[in-house]
Amino acid sequence: MTKLDSKIPEGPLAEKWTNFKAHQNLVNPANKRKIDIIVVGTGLAGGSAAASLSELGFNVKVFCIQDSPRRAHSIAAQGGINAAKNYPNDGDSVYRLFYDTVKGGDYRAREANVYRLAEVSNNIIDQCVAQGVPFAREYGGMLDNRSFGGALVSRTFYARGQTGQQLLLGAYGALSKEIKKGSVKMYTRREMMDVVLKDGKARGILVRNLVTGKLERYGAHAVLLASGGYGNVFFLSTNAMNSNASAAWKAYKRGAFFGHPSFVQIHPTCIPVHGNYQSKLTLMSESLRNDGRIWVPKKKEDAQKIQKGELSPVNIPEEDRDYYLERRYPAFGNLVPRDVASRAAKERCDEGYGVGNTGLAVYLDFKDAINRLGKSVIEARYGNLFQMYDKIVDENPYETPMMIYPAIHYTMGGIWVDYELQSTIPGLFVGGEANFSDHGANRLGASALMQGLSDGYFVLPYTMQNYLADQINVPHLDTDSPEFEKSEKYVQGNLDKLLAIKGSKTVDSFHRKVGLIMWDYVGMGRSKEGLEKAIEDLKSLRKDFWSNVNIPGDSTGMNVELEKAVRVSDFIELGELMARDALSRNESCGGHFREEYQTEEGEAMRDDENFMFVSAWEYKGVDEEPVLHKEPLSYENIEVKQRNYKTA
Amino acid sequence: MDLKLKIWRQVDANAEGKFVTYPVHNISQDASFLEMMDVLNEELVTTGKEPVAFDHDCREGICGMCSLFINGRPHGPDDSVTTCQLHMRKFKDGETVVIEPWRAKPFPVIKDLKVDRSPFDEIIRSGGYVSVNTGGVPDANTIPINKENADLAMDAAACIGCGACVAACKNASAMLFVSAKVSQLALLPQGKVEAKRRVESMVAKMDDLGFGNCTNTYACEAECPKDISVSNIARMNREFLHAKIT
Repeated sequence: MTKLDSKIPEGPLAEKWTNFKAHQNLVNPANKRKIDIIVVGTGLAGGSAAASLSELGFNVKVFCIQDSPRRAHSIAAQGGINAAKNYPNDGDSVYRLFYDTVKGGDYRAREANVYRLAEVSNNIIDQCVAQGVPFAREYGGMLDNRSFGGALVSRTFYARGQTGQQLLLGAYGALSKEIKKGSVKMYTRREMMDVVLKDGKARGILVRNLVTGKLERYGAHAVLLASGGYGNVFFLSTNAMNSNASAAWKAYKRGAFFGHPSFVQIHPTCIPVHGNYQSKLTLMSESLRNDGRIWVPKKKEDAQKIQKGELSPVNIPEEDRDYYLERRYPAFGNLVPRDVASRAAKERCDEGYGVGNTGLAVYLDFKDAINRLGKSVIEARYGNLFQMYDKIVDENPYETPMMIYPAIHYTMGGIWVDYELQSTIPGLFVGGEANFSDHGANRLGASALMQGLSDGYFVLPYTMQNYLADQINVPHLDTDSPEFEKSEKYVQGNLDKLLAIKGSKTVDSFHRKVGLIMWDYVGMGRSKEGLEKAIEDLKSLRKDFWSNVNIPGDSTGMNVELEKAVRVSDFIELGELMARDALSRNESCGGHFREEYQTEEGEAMRDDENFMFVSAWEYKGVDEEPVLHKEPLSYENIEVKQRNYKTA
Repeated sequence: MDLKLKIWRQVDANAEGKFVTYPVHNISQDASFLEMMDVLNEELVTTGKEPVAFDHDCREGICGMCSLFINGRPHGPDDSVTTCQLHMRKFKDGETVVIEPWRAKPFPVIKDLKVDRSPFDEIIRSGGYVSVNTGGVPDANTIPINKENADLAMDAAACIGCGACVAACKNASAMLFVSAKVSQLALLPQGKVEAKRRVESMVAKMDDLGFGNCTNTYACEAECPKDISVSNIARMNREFLHAKIT
């Protein structure tokens, strides 16, 4: 069995990153010009890494599937970005941010990575402010903070409800500056179809030009994947429609191990599902939990009347409302971490207390906050979110409480990487949501933006050099080389095979099916029987797909159905790996809730003795069982205990 | 509800396009406009026809990818929304809905309803940023910014780069888009250093790329899904004038 080398630097936790930087290899400025780097994805991680690497002097080629690098899905992040600035003087520190993140992740993340993340968090805020990101300010001109789940301090910086947009536009600005300078070459509407390896190292990618349909070859000395998460395996999620797992999945198939595939985040505050034509779910930012109170009726008969439309929530008196988060978790109340809040909502709805016409919703109520602060304050804080809710649901949340329900939002799992964010394929680095690294079994709110920008601005520009330092004499890889020939033949073969099926079912119908299997069996509650069934169902779905899918047109020119078909075929395979991973982990931790493993109070029950490790899966062939490798996790700076949000 | 859709079909950038009419049935009032388009495309694929190509991604009004010209209005008959946030309750049963791509010379059609908006990226590249490299910047709170300016900068920065302003303008002017970025950075101390160079090169690039002039009809502001104000255009004009006389 291969031993996974996490390459965690020696020394005390607080000095590891400093030590690494002090002793790592660097590339001299004249040699940087000779080196090409490919970046796939232009979200927070990819955009910031590409800009920073180019500033250092490397030649960077950047690829995205959208029409502009500014449209990557990081743009949709609403609430904020964490940093340990301690501007509010409320007791925050690098250690506390590190501690909250490890605890929030239910002790399934690497200490060294998380500490580094907390350490550079402050640099991110400085960087973004210097770029002109319009963060919220107080009247004295200083930066404002708010609170997010899983923390007892206010450490979240924000730009209204559009923090992701503003941070991404900051990175996009930096990237635009480098494109103008000429050291970044931007390729839009391109989808990565394969990673090309030479002598076991990542040396290029094969992409499909989504406008012309042509396959194109690009060589480099290293490849960085920053292609986002795989929440769309569930079909309905808060991800953008085109967010997909294919780039990461191709890397997995070429030998990169996949870490913690079953760790997905279900966000507690999304607008509930309303119809079978529905294409996506919309998130209502976690920041709303600063002022909104979550409740369901105390009496089942009230819930039933609401479901039938015979009773309005505004007519339920205070004493008949169950503020179940405040009741169960007095210390953190409505600001418990996402996994805890989601499960608590599911529990109430499963017991029959849910609201809305489906009974699959709970209330998020701003009445008290409006009475306390006035409507105008609430409007200033959350106006755009309230407007979004009103447009979708056709109900005024200032007057009637919002209805929310958990939905798939983020994937903690991803390509396994070491401390340097390098995968098990030398030269293939992975950043942002696409890697598995920093969040363990559950990510805290406002930490995804922090991780993406930490990877891109402050980690990869260092660690990639450590690898590239001995690649300076490696010649450019000829795109006519046999490695590219072979890759193109494989990719074209796969496209031809898909187009030749000419069955009777649409790509979307398969996507919905894989999504339903995943939601039912690999979603909020998982069991051995359910997971075994999911694996069997996904196997037969894969067979059905490869016999009956119908893709009109051919592979020349733009073909949207073909693009979707490639992604859905990968989702079906990935779903199976997720189910296997969940089945192999006989414990509950963070977002991974195995119904067999829970405390009497229904909280997740970890098994640290047997499962305190990172699961890293090795691909062995589409019909072969993947091999599980284990990276042991050790906690030297944190006492591992049962997560407790009832008391501080 | 049942609708008759009159949709612009065009094979590629070089082909000639035309309207084709498709009926759709049993559409829910609560569906979004793009979900209605999904239903149409499912039907087209099932009956062996080519689906309609249109740009979309986040479906929550922030990525700026969706771009349909519906019944003569960019992003359709609702205010302050993108097409993906437009809901079918805004239409009447039996209505004929005309769906076109953005019509502007700098935004050529790629296929059906998809257009090429890369000129917007080119404008930003000409100077729509603060030229700082990663690292070596001061602590964030060493730059105090008055709240009013920070809020106005945020109002301008909310632009999603969808291009509705250009599509709405009879001259295909990009003034609202360009002024939003110029304004954001003009309002912040970080942007002051390069203010002169920025406004000059962005305006020159906008003219180069074939966007038309502003004749103050305010159609851009009326159709902007993010309510970007034309006062940004006034601010940009002041910035431009100031740059030219200093």
